Amino acid sequence: MKKEVYINSIGSVSVQKTFNNSEFLNEIVDYEGISVKAVDPNYKEYIPPAAARRMAKGIKMSAVSSQNAMKEAGLENVDAIIVGTGLGCLGDSEKFVRDLLDNDEQYLTPTKFIQSSHNTVAGSIALDMGCKGYNFTYVHSNISFESSLWDAKLQLANNEAENILVGAVDEVVDHHVITHQFIEHIKKEPVSMRDVLNSGTKGIVFGEGSHFFVLSNKRQQSTYSKLLDMGIYNTLSNDEVSETIRHFVEKNGVSIKDLDGVILGNNGDLEHDTIYHELGTSLFLEIPQLVYKHLSGEYDTASGFAFWMANKIFKTGKVPEILRWNNVQIDRPKRLLLYNQYRGKNHSLVLLEKC
Amino acid sequence: MSDLKQELKEKIIEQLNLEDVTADEIADNDPLFGDGLGLDSIDALELIVMLDKDYGIKLADPKEGRKIFESIDTMAAYISANKA
Amino acid sequence: MNQGVAITGMGMISAIGNNVAENYASLISGKTGISKIRHIRTVHENETMVAEVPMTNGDLETVLGLGPDTLSRTPLLGIIAVKEALDQAGIKDILAYRTGLISGTTVGGMDKAEQYFYDYYESDAHWNHINGLHAGDSTQKIAEAIGLSKSFVTTISTACSSAANAIMLGARMIKSGELDRVIVGGSDSLSKFTINGFKTLMILSDTYNTPFDENRKGLNLGEAAAFLILESDEIVSKQNKKVLAYVKGYGNANDAFHQTASSEHGDGAVLAMEKALKVAGIPPSQVDYINAHGTATPNNDLSEGRAILRVFKDKIPEFSSTKPFTGHTLAVAAGVEAIYSVLSIQNNVIYPNLNFKTPMSEFNLVPETQLKNKEINTVLSNSFGFGGNCSTLIFTKEG
Repeated sequence: MKKEVYINSIGSVSVQKTFNNSEFLNEIVDYEGISVKAVDPNYKEYIPPAAARRMAKGIKMSAVSSQNAMKEAGLENVDAIIVGTGLGCLGDSEKFVRDLLDNDEQYLTPTKFIQSSHNTVAGSIALDMGCKGYNFTYVHSNISFESSLWDAKLQLANNEAENILVGAVDEVVDHHVITHQFIEHIKKEPVSMRDVLNSGTKGIVFGEGSHFFVLSNKRQQSTYSKLLDMGIYNTLSNDEVSETIRHFVEKNGVSIKDLDGVILGNNGDLEHDTIYHELGTSLFLEIPQLVYKHLSGEYDTASGFAFWMANKIFKTGKVPEILRWNNVQIDRPKRLLLYNQYRGKNHSLVLLEKC
Repeated sequence: MSDLKQELKEKIIEQLNLEDVTADEIADNDPLFGDGLGLDSIDALELIVMLDKDYGIKLADPKEGRKIFESIDTMAAYISANKA
Repeated sequence: MNQGVAITGMGMISAIGNNVAENYASLISGKTGISKIRHIRTVHENETMVAEVPMTNGDLETVLGLGPDTLSRTPLLGIIAVKEALDQAGIKDILAYRTGLISGTTVGGMDKAEQYFYDYYESDAHWNHINGLHAGDSTQKIAEAIGLSKSFVTTISTACSSAANAIMLGARMIKSGELDRVIVGGSDSLSKFTINGFKTLMILSDTYNTPFDENRKGLNLGEAAAFLILESDEIVSKQNKKVLAYVKGYGNANDAFHQTASSEHGDGAVLAMEKALKVAGIPPSQVDYINAHGTATPNNDLSEGRAILRVFKDKIPEFSSTKPFTGHTLAVAAGVEAIYSVLSIQNNVIYPNLNFKTPMSEFNLVPETQLKNKEINTVLSNSFGFGGNCSTLIFTKEG
């Protein structure tokens, strides 16, 4: 007998002021640029100075979002910690490479090397919490977070664990931004975030953030939603996308029109948003469409922001106007589908139901 | 010698990113590891690089560091005796 | 009764062989892959011993029919190993069943990222490698090379236990019916990044590594790719497939002690071994051979040795570390050693722990130092990494 999988708490640090969970996008921070950095919470409230001195940005953001998620779930410890990150604490790996090249491999110090190991966030949370349980880190581009969710769902449904802390984290690094501008994965010209989804240019605006959630097979007072199903596909040709989504939804005993909304991963890249546009005028024509990357920026684990947002929508019953992509009426949605892909690869589907 | 000690304190604070500690707060005979300044084994590796880079002293075995980095006093004495 | 997951194919490339057969030949003839560094130019070349795959990137590209400088070394090695594994499993139509690919890597395309770091600003000649820095890109490249589309493809990076976790996840996916078959393992190439990184931690040996020896000086880095094919019982019986061995148990735990070092008494390692034995449903006494993590760093071998003593008490099975053959291949270590474990079961042999002379003062643990023939039904393999990641796998002859 498979158990249900619940999302019992959330925590988020992003380029919006999401770290304060009593708010839900009350004020929107707008940006103009090609990359955007997180709104910093007061890290000192979360991290003792002795520990903070060596921490990369990704670890600091994750200390805040993971502690907030743990607190809301009312937990001191969990059975497993699973983190998704496209690039890990890339800032420190870049600095290590730069030091290595600039100093001809002399006088290098260990701290940056240690932080640059992709699993440093999951390891550091385990160390802080004293969690000796299952500890995993997924590093597969824009399905890093979804791989983590999948793993958690597998364990919870099979009753191999009761509470799992699942996270998503990535950080902005200049060298990465500049080199990805060269290959037009990141926009050449700065744009206003508010307009990015209609920019009409190639590439994306790069963002960062850390989003953590406690998933459990026990429902409790704080529960937000139920994770009904997930799908991960490394590739889908353009004409397979629609059918794959329809099949995925129907396999869960509902049809597309039964969905109260779909959260799409539009990121303003002229070349690759066409998939969303096509779905928007066909498969999803009659249901409410929501977008978020004009608020979060695009990064490998930006879908963690969408997961956070869906759960906030369930809890508050509100859908801020800025998230709406079409004009179909949306009111207190109960069932939301999340669809994301990046540059036509690594497609993911997540089906959530309000609790 | 007291100049060297002051220099070491400042360098340690900078190299190890000890944001809320000032040089005045570190006594010459305070233990740097454990109960004193609270440094750990990764800091010891950082200090080994500092010895090499700033004073031309190479340690081959990290265990040698334990005695040398006991306090500012022991560090200063070792550097004075072995400086290249 | 816990049912094991069938292994039907294996493929690898390491410093001691370009395929599984060559690796086995080197293991039983005691031939090490460790030497002075040849392919990578580094100022540390005189004091650094590594285990390099002898083939250059050009050689690998020729074998794979690729143009020059198309891929970084991690996917090149990975494609070679995956193709061999698919061949052995007799898989021709990769999309015939729900097939997944789960790979472990730590460096991904770091070899190219460090080589062209400043070059990218000067010319567009090597911009094809920019996106290769994403660890997941190496896995995606392997998927493309074998025509795996519309499938579950992901990458795990838990430092030196990555491939163990890839194998563990794959086994869980098959058991729970999420996939019918899955390609699991890892790929990691040597890079200046890792050579210098481990050097800053002062755990690199300047000579041949000596696991579990009192006078051990640290590890030698290696590079490799190693993949196994896991298939459901349904496919195995339908196609009457030859099963090489079974993934019977797996355990993952965190030491939660230190960012890079293992705890003094190996708490995480004990938990990982105990969980794996529990999943396998066997008592410790049923383990015939332990393929230890045994990196030859002062810290690992002491911590792992104590953990083995805690789990196995006064009945320690024969054990050895194969790191003196292959070096420490980081994310792939558990993949390499999974294949060696299966070969141990198939051939009823225990590999020698090369270079061992003096037992450690802390305990009375002596690894096997000679090739030994013995009926092997169950092998336990350990892999531990930075961030406190501890993983154990158990392989058996019978399901």
